[in-house]
Amino acid sequence: MDDILIRVEHLSRHFGALRAVDGVSFEVRRGEVLGFLGPNGAGKSTTMQMLTGNLAPTTGRITLNGIDLLERPRAAKGCVGYLPEQPPLYRELTVDEYLALCARLNRIPRREARAAVGRAKSRCGLESAGGRLIGNLSKGFQQRVGIAQAIIHTPPVVILDEPTVGLDPIQIREIRALIAELGREHSVILSTHILPEVQTVCSRVLIIDRGRLVLSESLEDLNRGLGETGLRVAFEQPPADTAAIAALPGVTSIQDLGGGRLRVCHGPDAEPAAALARLAVERGWGLTELSPERRTLEQVFVELVHQDGNRAENAA
Amino acid sequence: MMVFTLAAHELRRLFLSPLAWAVLAVVQFILAWMFLAQIELFMQWQPLLQQLDSPRGLTDIVAVPLLGNAAIVLLLVVPLLTMRLISDERRGQTLSLLLSAPLTMTEIVLGKYLGLLAFLGIMLALIAAMPLSLLLGGGLDFGLLAAGLLGLALLLASFAALGLFMSALTPQPTVAAVGTFGALLLLWILDWAGGLAESGESAALRGLSLLRHYESLLTGAVDSRDLAYFALFILAFLVLSIRRLDSDRLQN
Repeated sequence: MDDILIRVEHLSRHFGALRAVDGVSFEVRRGEVLGFLGPNGAGKSTTMQMLTGNLAPTTGRITLNGIDLLERPRAAKGCVGYLPEQPPLYRELTVDEYLALCARLNRIPRREARAAVGRAKSRCGLESAGGRLIGNLSKGFQQRVGIAQAIIHTPPVVILDEPTVGLDPIQIREIRALIAELGREHSVILSTHILPEVQTVCSRVLIIDRGRLVLSESLEDLNRGLGETGLRVAFEQPPADTAAIAALPGVTSIQDLGGGRLRVCHGPDAEPAAALARLAVERGWGLTELSPERRTLEQVFVELVHQDGNRAENAA
Repeated sequence: MMVFTLAAHELRRLFLSPLAWAVLAVVQFILAWMFLAQIELFMQWQPLLQQLDSPRGLTDIVAVPLLGNAAIVLLLVVPLLTMRLISDERRGQTLSLLLSAPLTMTEIVLGKYLGLLAFLGIMLALIAAMPLSLLLGGGLDFGLLAAGLLGLALLLASFAALGLFMSALTPQPTVAAVGTFGALLLLWILDWAGGLAESGESAALRGLSLLRHYESLLTGAVDSRDLAYFALFILAFLVLSIRRLDSDRLQN
């Protein structure tokens, strides 16, 4: 019970007639990194703004670290570190000045502030940039300052809106490692467009589309579902009748991809590849290609979002 | 406590931009010019003044007109200082830093307001230094001077409150500046509309005019009605600013 750091219940936000977020509910436990996915304009940023008190929800409840955000906003906001899409940086301050200000704003006592700034800087790889003006830093360094700002008061809940945008590959790896580290003791919500990022750092995935939650699953479950579920085969002389293939144990359906290619779908535990090869040799189809197909997170994402789009069109 | 952290931050940011320095320099230069012109006038009139029964002194002829002129100059300048307070943060997306920190809207608005007041206080001290420099060679009516400085302080605080509100209305600093300037000028000249007719409306308009209340303080009369006017003016616009920022969060 105590382990649930973020609890969102039936959260909605309307902008006039537009329902930017529509009845979203989820929970995040301590030690979880939640990947928040969705196409542009799906309501990711709106949800994050509501979680951090930047935007009031139209309906719904948000509980952070057991504190209701709407009833006790000050106490609840103290438990959150937030990096918005555009890092909120004062370009005319140096990194040290800025982080010292953030420490004070988050009610870190003056004598502990210096240590907190040092800790945040070393966690984000900013040791050498302390005296530089934020306005003169590169985009990647500015992004790191933004993350340092979000974790300076070691909040139980960290919310990062597209934290790896504009970073070079090495920085991205470092930031991912940092997020994974944060995820051990805090709850992290991370929105991103980079799907492999979710697979490397997140323990759970939420997909939101048109304001509605379309998927909420742990990465473990998702990976199980994402296992080998199909075989892609090509023949020199494709069989006219695929009934023989369909009769193989475990095969659920067959799709003709044209040009002698077939996709053979099977259950998650079946292994029909060897039987299929034997069958092809026996019948002299001339097997030229046989490769297992993995569904990627990208496919899941496209299917869910696409389906949903079709549904909306049909309804209209 | 947080209010003072924010105020200190605001003051610091003001001095990190060249605008604050430029404003201080230009205002000081123009007012010094007016001050010197006024002193020259006093020198010319001095023989005449001595023949009068109740001679008008240095404070009347030099300090009071200086404060009157300062009000006009600052009417032009304060909108430039207030325009960035909130609109800049909204534009640079830095407002979310304050909104997601454990602060109330009231603390954010008061912090910004006090930061600007501190800057205006520095400006006021520099302006006050000019008439006070006359102490080197003459005497001053301290009561009159104090009433005038109090008036200017209250006037500046009112300008700042209105400017803060305008800055909360729009993400465009220039729009905030123009709006503030327009509103201040309108309040300044509001009593013109009544003309000379002694109707109830013109009395009401006079009651709303910033200039009237300032002028009465400049004559040395510290009237609780004038003080109440300024206090209500400041309070009203601070509350409006808080409401405005809150409504931003509630509906877009």
